[in-house]
Amino acid sequence: MAQTPTLAEESGSTPFSSSQSITLRIARYNPQHDSVKSFMEFQIPYEKWTTVLEAILEVKKHFDHSVAVRYSCRQATCGSCGMIINGKPRLACFTKISELNSNVITVEPMNNFPIIRDLAVKFDRLFDTHHKIKPYLIRNDTEITTNTKEFLQSPEELEQYIQFSNCIKCGLCNSACPTMATDSSFVGPQALAQAYRYVADSRDKGKDNRLKIIDDSHGIWRCHFAGSCSQVCPKGVDPAMGIQLLRGYMLGFRS
Amino acid sequence: MRESIIMKIHYGTALAAIALVAVHILMRLTQGFAESLEYDSVIANYKFLPYAGMLEIILILLSIHGFNGLRVILLELKQGQRYEKAVSYGCVAAMITLIAYGSRTIIMVNTGMT
Repeated sequence: MAQTPTLAEESGSTPFSSSQSITLRIARYNPQHDSVKSFMEFQIPYEKWTTVLEAILEVKKHFDHSVAVRYSCRQATCGSCGMIINGKPRLACFTKISELNSNVITVEPMNNFPIIRDLAVKFDRLFDTHHKIKPYLIRNDTEITTNTKEFLQSPEELEQYIQFSNCIKCGLCNSACPTMATDSSFVGPQALAQAYRYVADSRDKGKDNRLKIIDDSHGIWRCHFAGSCSQVCPKGVDPAMGIQLLRGYMLGFRS
Repeated sequence: MRESIIMKIHYGTALAAIALVAVHILMRLTQGFAESLEYDSVIANYKFLPYAGMLEIILILLSIHGFNGLRVILLELKQGQRYEKAVSYGCVAAMITLIAYGSRTIIMVNTGMT
């Protein structure tokens, strides 16, 4: 199914007017009627600042509008456009073509996620596991029952978990995780990092509850510390470290 | 049993086995390798109860650690309630069988069945 249309064949204009161009290979797969994944190729001009998402949107605008891709904010905040770009899980809106140092850019749907179509994947499992670890402060004394308006915290206490609250739930860590590839019941690095985020929060009182949830045969102990989750996180979160710190609580090294 | 308790046992058995296997290797180094494997030498080791006891503990530690490791690998390989139960009970059964078979040798030697 390889096609190589060029912009010259198109009558429409393009916002890019660069002399540089790359070959963009887009994985096409519809689970309803395709048995295997195929690739379509497009020649796309690019500027220094052009992102992979912009290149894909260029394809949708000028060549093939049926390419399925999920995106929203275009500024690495919503976590919608995660995909495998040249073999590595990345955010398409946060990856510049110029920084990939390659004339061929291959985009595929994220690993370890069921494919809806082309580059769009289902996030149900990620959201289910995220919800399972109770991603909110658990306390008995809320401002509804008392006059408390805020729960004070020192900078040192904030430092314990602040990087983990940068998670945008893009799923890149789960896509890179080797355990997720074989263990369909594994909680995953995203949920485990978020479990640590709340366990380490001095305002939270749900530590025992959360540790019980992840202390399962497919919970925290199935992490083999490959560390690939931390390598691919676009927000600088270190899920692998969070998981090890969480293990410290379970082994009694931390309280 | 909670997974954290199982994993604490897993790590504990590994550390203890390292220490005891080191003692075992050092004991073997006190005589030549071929000599240590001679029939009389092996029987003498089993009849020396403190050493036989240490070998028994090594057998138990390595069986627990090894079969739990196998259980973890098999659980990551495939999922399903029936499969996971079969793997867990199967590994416990295999562990008990191996310990019983290994212990049988020491018991046979010490009860004069050789």
